[in-house]
Amino acid sequence: MSKLGSADNRLKVAIVGAGPSGFYAADALINSELKVEVNLLEKLCAPYGLVRTGVAPDHPLIKKSIEKFALMAEPEEFNYFGNVSVGEDITIDDLKETHHAVIVTMGAETDRKLGIPGEDLKGSHTATEFVAWYNGHPEYREREFDLSHETAVIIGQGNVAADVARILSKTVDELKFTDISQHALDVLETSKVKNIYIVGRRGPAQGAMTSKELKEFGELWDCDTFVDPEEVILNKASEDELADRNGRAKRKIYELFCDYAQPKKPHKARQFPWTKPYVKPRQCHIQFLRSPVELKGNKKLEKVIFEKNALSGDPFKQSARGTGELEELDAGLLFRSIGYRGVPLDGVPFHDAWGVIPNEKGRVTKDDVVVPQLYTAGWIKRGPSGIIGTNKACANETIAELMQDIEKLDNKKEKLGNKKIHEILDAKKVRYINFIEWEVIDKHEVENGKPKGKPREKFTYTDEMLGLLT
Amino acid sequence: MTTVVTDNCRGCRFTDCVSVCPVEAFHMDDEMLYINPDVCIDCSACVPECPVEAIYEEDDLPDGQEHWVDINEERSQETPNITETLEPLEGAEERREALGL
Repeated sequence: MSKLGSADNRLKVAIVGAGPSGFYAADALINSELKVEVNLLEKLCAPYGLVRTGVAPDHPLIKKSIEKFALMAEPEEFNYFGNVSVGEDITIDDLKETHHAVIVTMGAETDRKLGIPGEDLKGSHTATEFVAWYNGHPEYREREFDLSHETAVIIGQGNVAADVARILSKTVDELKFTDISQHALDVLETSKVKNIYIVGRRGPAQGAMTSKELKEFGELWDCDTFVDPEEVILNKASEDELADRNGRAKRKIYELFCDYAQPKKPHKARQFPWTKPYVKPRQCHIQFLRSPVELKGNKKLEKVIFEKNALSGDPFKQSARGTGELEELDAGLLFRSIGYRGVPLDGVPFHDAWGVIPNEKGRVTKDDVVVPQLYTAGWIKRGPSGIIGTNKACANETIAELMQDIEKLDNKKEKLGNKKIHEILDAKKVRYINFIEWEVIDKHEVENGKPKGKPREKFTYTDEMLGLLT
Repeated sequence: MTTVVTDNCRGCRFTDCVSVCPVEAFHMDDEMLYINPDVCIDCSACVPECPVEAIYEEDDLPDGQEHWVDINEERSQETPNITETLEPLEGAEERREALGL
């Protein structure tokens, strides 16, 4: 065989999962010095992963990163296989057989559980289900969320928790010109939710959401945000954490929590009599140092029991421990958002405790030994941290490692790459789509959004999308 | 709103920020980097990457630093795009020490 990565023996790489990490990995390969063929497989028809189905609809600027990904799909070395479930329609072994390397970039698909009694009561959900639902993810299209109770609770204070709370807090008028799915907007229109609790197990100095997300809670049309002034009083270790020279981001977050703890100025009247201040009908309450210990209810959620926590330990190593003091909150809806984990894929090692694929800088390992041919990037590689761009650096690291391994990759016989993928999928009668077909679907979505003043109206059933194609 | 590079970058130019920018919004001259506000999507991924805390969201700019908004806008139009991390400028580590970071 001629040299791997030359024009007559291209380095053939399959990538599993067309989210940001998949695209960044593809882009890094195509821009490398080698001749390559990149085959990106995605279980949905639509590419872009969490940029499409995770990023909140009211953050349209962030979604503009999609334009960059679409450009990455243009080179002839790039092939897209949408609507292909790796593990079912085609196996990892198939991909290894037909490619020199396989990169798994399938993200962290599921939520960590609270592990408390009542967690499975009706009305208790994961934040990701709700997010995927309002973002039109086909696998979550049929989920039902009962917004008839006045009080909703979100467990966790990261950015996803913030997104869920914000969508619940906003009026339909604030959302109707975004790309939020129509079925979600219809349900939100009937929402009775007016008290939203965002509850964290640690304190205001350990805030996990970004200041930008937090700031948005001060800009809601019909919702005020409250923090109990007692709860922004810090212990010594937390003060030290904020005083740390790397504490700029946490200080900013803490300041915002303190702002929300200030007494509210009356809002200007919005109707006659003009002297009567407007009272916003919804309230967000950000609460700290509480962990849910039980969800109670007769068949459906009625009450959340919290235990109050206290922090102990040295700065940056503080842990939240239960104090034994319990508190009850009547609520009909709960979302947990306390962390994400990947799901295992047949043929790929998995670190069950961490919910990631074990790896060294992107080389997949099993029992600390590198597994040839297999690589990983993104959340399934490093856990659910960072934002879109963080995955670029992450994928670049993986591709750099792959490039170092080039001599070690199996080059004894020709790898058939995308030809063989087509053959396998055709034999199984899988209706997969390529990128040109995706762009057809994409155009229809944009068109369908126009009459409503939305950037797009997503198709939420796979059959609807496939029905557009000949 | 946008995100801006400020004075601390001058003479350092660590470019860690460039590796996480999803839209390739950074530009560069011999001294420092600039963000093109027409391209930046305000994701703030670059902010925590900077070893000398030179990058701010516009809203968070410290008092007296507001002029950097205009400088970023102007200089990013006049300077080349940078899409990959480079070696920092000579003396960058010393400047970082001097900044107390």
